[in-house]
Amino acid sequence: MDTITALFYVFATVLLFAALRVITARSTVHAVLFLVLAFFSASCIWMLLSAEFLAITLVLVYVGAVMVLFLFVVMMLDINADSFRQGFWQHLPLAGLVGAVIALEMALVLMRGFQLQAPEPSARALEMGNTKLLGIEIYTQYLYPLQLAAVLLLVAIIAAIALTLRGRKDSRHMNPSEQVRVKRADRVRLVKMAPTIESPSTPREGDAA
Amino acid sequence: MNLGPITLGHYLSLGGILFALSVIGIFLNRRNLIVLLMAIELMLLAVNLNFVAFSHYLPLEADRMAGQVFVFFILTVAAAESAIGLAILVVLFRNRASIKVEELDELKG
Repeated sequence: MDTITALFYVFATVLLFAALRVITARSTVHAVLFLVLAFFSASCIWMLLSAEFLAITLVLVYVGAVMVLFLFVVMMLDINADSFRQGFWQHLPLAGLVGAVIALEMALVLMRGFQLQAPEPSARALEMGNTKLLGIEIYTQYLYPLQLAAVLLLVAIIAAIALTLRGRKDSRHMNPSEQVRVKRADRVRLVKMAPTIESPSTPREGDAA
Repeated sequence: MNLGPITLGHYLSLGGILFALSVIGIFLNRRNLIVLLMAIELMLLAVNLNFVAFSHYLPLEADRMAGQVFVFFILTVAAAESAIGLAILVVLFRNRASIKVEELDELKG
């Protein structure tokens, strides 16, 4: 049993344990923390698969950004964890059945095939390393999808901000678009009135004099 | 116990078990929206694990990086998805003071 085999079993055990705790943890904060552990062990497994750049990205992006976001939201929302637990185990038979079927189907596929040994790393990979190879691939073959992914991230930023933005109620700022769109009818109201003509009064005596 | 060298099947089995666990998690936590989102993240992690494993074990050298490129894009989309999902969750909690799934029945149909 060489080092990679031993490390694989250690990381896989930690990963599966953390995933199990994510779905069964009583408190949501604990679930988030176990999810962090799961991502970390998955990134270690990706290191074993010599995908170093993606492993680092997983830790930076997921543990550093997404999981912190999850923690913020979980701690910000004041939710009563116990009310979620009602009837928690009553779905277990169905859930176990579906999970067992999925595992069984995977086992049927995986039993015979996929006994591949890892091929030797190519001379190109040894010379340049995983990160450079991935960069060359992305910026030559997949440049257009990369731009689309960038636009997608921009859309996600704008959507997330627009969803949660709340204008302050006590601020006295002007709204320029309303000011531009104002029409004469909003400001001046012309009232049509029936003309009232004073009846010519009889000349007073003093005027005549 | 015979622990031979790690083959592709080992990684695929790990990905399969992880995926099955997250499906079970969706069934168990069907009231808690946050844990549902986390189970979806676990599913994406299992899929990504399969992609990385295939890209490592592919015999043909020229195709080997394609799987990792795919993982790159999945990570991008998953980050966007969880950001927007959490934003919707915050707005939902602000309006309803609850994130229980069974109370979200405004839309009839």
